[in-house]
Amino acid sequence: MAEDRLIINDNEYTFEPGETILQVAEKNGIRIPTLCYLKGASPTGACRICLVEVKGARALVTACSTPAASNMVIKTDSPRVIEARRFNLELLLSSGNHNCLVQGLDMDSWTDFQLKAMDAKEHKTLCPAYGDCRLQDLAVRYRVKMNRFPPAENQHPIETVNPFIVRDLSRCILCGRCVQACNEVQVNNAISFGYRGSEAKIVTKGDRALKDSDCVFCGECVQACPVGALITKDEMHSPGLDVDIKKVHTTCSYCGVGCQLYLHVKENKVVKVTGVENTGPNHGSLCVKGRFGYDFVNSPERLQKPLIKENGAFREASWDEALSLVTERLSRIKKESGPDSIFVLCSARITNEENYLAQKFTRAVIGTNNVDHCARL
Amino acid sequence: MTNPISDIEKADVILITGSNTTENHPVLSSYVKRAVSFKGAKLIVVDPRKIPITRFATLWLRQNVGTDVAWINGMMHVIVKEKLYDEEYVNTRTVGLDELKKTVQKYTPEYVEGISGIPKKQLIEAARIFAHAPAASILYAMGITQHISGTDNVKSLANLAMLCGNVGIEGGGVNPLRGQNNVQGACDMGGLPNVFTGYQRVDDLVIRERMEKAWGVERLPAKPGLTATLMMEKANAGDLKALYIIGENPMLSDPNLNHAQKSLENLDFLVVQDIFMTETARLADVVLPTASFAEKNGTFVNTERKVQRVRKAIDPPGSAREDWEIIVNLAGRMGYPMSYSDAEAIMAEIAAVTPSYCGINYGRLEYEGIHWPCPSTDHPGTPCLHVDQFSCGLGVFHAIDYIPPAEMTNNEYPLYLTTGRILYHYHTGTMTMKTHGLNELAPNSFVEISREDAETYKISNGSRLKIASRRGEIEAEARISEQAVAGTVFIPFHYAEGAANVLTNAALDPVANIPEYKVCAVKVSKAA
Ligand code: SF4
Ligand code: SF4
Ligand code: FES
Repeated sequence: MAEDRLIINDNEYTFEPGETILQVAEKNGIRIPTLCYLKGASPTGACRICLVEVKGARALVTACSTPAASNMVIKTDSPRVIEARRFNLELLLSSGNHNCLVQGLDMDSWTDFQLKAMDAKEHKTLCPAYGDCRLQDLAVRYRVKMNRFPPAENQHPIETVNPFIVRDLSRCILCGRCVQACNEVQVNNAISFGYRGSEAKIVTKGDRALKDSDCVFCGECVQACPVGALITKDEMHSPGLDVDIKKVHTTCSYCGVGCQLYLHVKENKVVKVTGVENTGPNHGSLCVKGRFGYDFVNSPERLQKPLIKENGAFREASWDEALSLVTERLSRIKKESGPDSIFVLCSARITNEENYLAQKFTRAVIGTNNVDHCARL
Repeated sequence: MTNPISDIEKADVILITGSNTTENHPVLSSYVKRAVSFKGAKLIVVDPRKIPITRFATLWLRQNVGTDVAWINGMMHVIVKEKLYDEEYVNTRTVGLDELKKTVQKYTPEYVEGISGIPKKQLIEAARIFAHAPAASILYAMGITQHISGTDNVKSLANLAMLCGNVGIEGGGVNPLRGQNNVQGACDMGGLPNVFTGYQRVDDLVIRERMEKAWGVERLPAKPGLTATLMMEKANAGDLKALYIIGENPMLSDPNLNHAQKSLENLDFLVVQDIFMTETARLADVVLPTASFAEKNGTFVNTERKVQRVRKAIDPPGSAREDWEIIVNLAGRMGYPMSYSDAEAIMAEIAAVTPSYCGINYGRLEYEGIHWPCPSTDHPGTPCLHVDQFSCGLGVFHAIDYIPPAEMTNNEYPLYLTTGRILYHYHTGTMTMKTHGLNELAPNSFVEISREDAETYKISNGSRLKIASRRGEIEAEARISEQAVAGTVFIPFHYAEGAANVLTNAALDPVANIPEYKVCAVKVSKAA
């Protein structure tokens, strides 16, 4: 066997030096479940869901952080692997208020747990991540039961004192994806692991609320969080299991970076924005404006009808009336004062197609080159 | 940008000047922060304010506002004197070095320190770091262009990059960061008074004839039109009668707002097409409601020249129409029928008349955008410009001398004012100020002022200030900040109340006609 080959599930594959087992597997279409692994950041090996069996190794290894080596013989779904993943999932589920899918608890402890979990006023409804939760997905896939570890007491209060992000650390599984996203992807260095042992918690400097910290509300952590521990405020108000939401891939309309984003749409309203992960320039990242500044689209102040000013005040008009008036006035001014007495200001905000037509209109219809936009301003 | 955004992480040295990157181009700034934190790149920041990205910098040079040509020439002086430039590159790919050498001769570090205030040791160190880098990337934004010497500033940065062989290589380049989502596209599409799409000149007979044929018109005008900034002058003088504004709000973004208002009121006819009743729309005779980006199909071009899709997610409110539909409606009524089934059909026409867009169509943009120039449908696009040679042959050095800003401080107006944006708002705020949370984080206009100046003028943090220039006065809240350097204050221009552009100077760069937003002289006092 050549130097740079290994075997996964009885098939041979090649790899590049430096690649992890996970990367080799993904390249070849073999799916290994992950939870804490964040693309673009260094692997932490925190969740131990990506465990695989390597022939000759005593313990199972984490695929996300173990480098591929030549002649490795790897099993990604052996019974031992499956059992270990299930065990780890049970540990994670029992670590907090994961009251969505708990199976296997006897009636009394089930009721106790539900009551305790729903104690907080923010927990009266379904978990906002319901239906869009990596932990829940995996729990279903691995048919996890909850009777091995009784649910832990989780005392973290819910933080809502900022305009955009709800931090519900009672549902945090300490996977560290948010920390990676903040420190290694956006490099805002606002959050990290704090305290030790059972006190462990994701904290800002000095364990302050986000709004009093270095946080700039890019929301990278919210997008990275696999569970319902970090969610947007808007999601908290319209929680979980939304099957009518459609996602539309488009380009951010603020700055010139041109981040690729999904508009999450429900009933003709934008309800959430997320970054598109598999493509540049942003690879899933967004800033506070791109991610949270979408209310203007649905604003009641949007103009809905053409307006004509009469005696100093606007009145509503039909398109036909408004367009006739514009046509008539522009034509007359063109005739009386010449095409160069008219100017069209197109825009850095509208599309290429619209700018193209605006300059074509100015040149071919009005007959002047008086067209510009405010790029300079 | 000459180089793609992803190249930033491949640079050995990054020079940022006139760009408050973390606040104005946040996602791009993470490329810089990652390059420095994880890839060993060195960052040099040259900016009048101690902006947040300086936290990642090896060196922060603080220049006096409006003295950019001086420090750039100063760096080149050091590089020439110490023979640190890329000799082979300069010899084979550029012309004009001798002239440049002559001009930068007098810009000794001592001389530059006198003008710019940058300590000579720092300047020399920056020059050495920059010149020694195998690949150095220059990033700049409006802090470089919004000056009477804006064009000179840009050319000077290009000189510096070429001198060190940094144009046309991976991780290098001269990279302007565009402030608005589709500035690049508006320019590419011929939304400029002197060119058609793809920068084809209107005063070129051959090009004009080709466009006449494509558009089916007899004669297209040959004389370049007015720029937006001169347009205001002409309106004020009464030479301009009608203005059709599509999606712009010059009543908040124009320099010298008092003058802008008079100019617009002086028009016989003003049409404004927008999604909101903006300050500008209020002055209009007719207002036409349009669709927002979420309500239409089309494309934007980002700062790295990448053409990317915009897709319709929802229906526009009420009877609002897409901008292109409205233009088609008007053209038809004015005797020039246009017919397009959709935005895609318009792009097909753009590709047909624009060499650099020839290979672009919606099918190819489905999953990812394409960097123009893209001359044919089998061309992959051009992420990096000028790779083997400059698009115009040899790279030309421009020998440029420093000229001081149009307005200097004096006894009456002792402080410099510079303007810009903040993280939580965008441009004139028509969009961001509809999001309650953004207003909560950044509710109102403010004057950022240094501790020293605050002491001099007996100003306490949070107090109301009156700020006046020769053109007008506004009130805003004082914010004492470590970011400010004594002698210069900063005001964001987003807010209609406390609008910075009441104060700014409309003095123009003679070539690009960009107003000098970044420098004017003001005085501050406590508000009554
Ligand atoms: S908040 Fe979310 S992303 Fe962060 S550690 Fe907890 S579960 Fe993971
Ligand atoms: S998300 Fe932020 S950085 Fe990205 S394009 Fe929008 S405004 Fe720019
Ligand atoms: S995904 Fe590998 S340890 Fe979490």
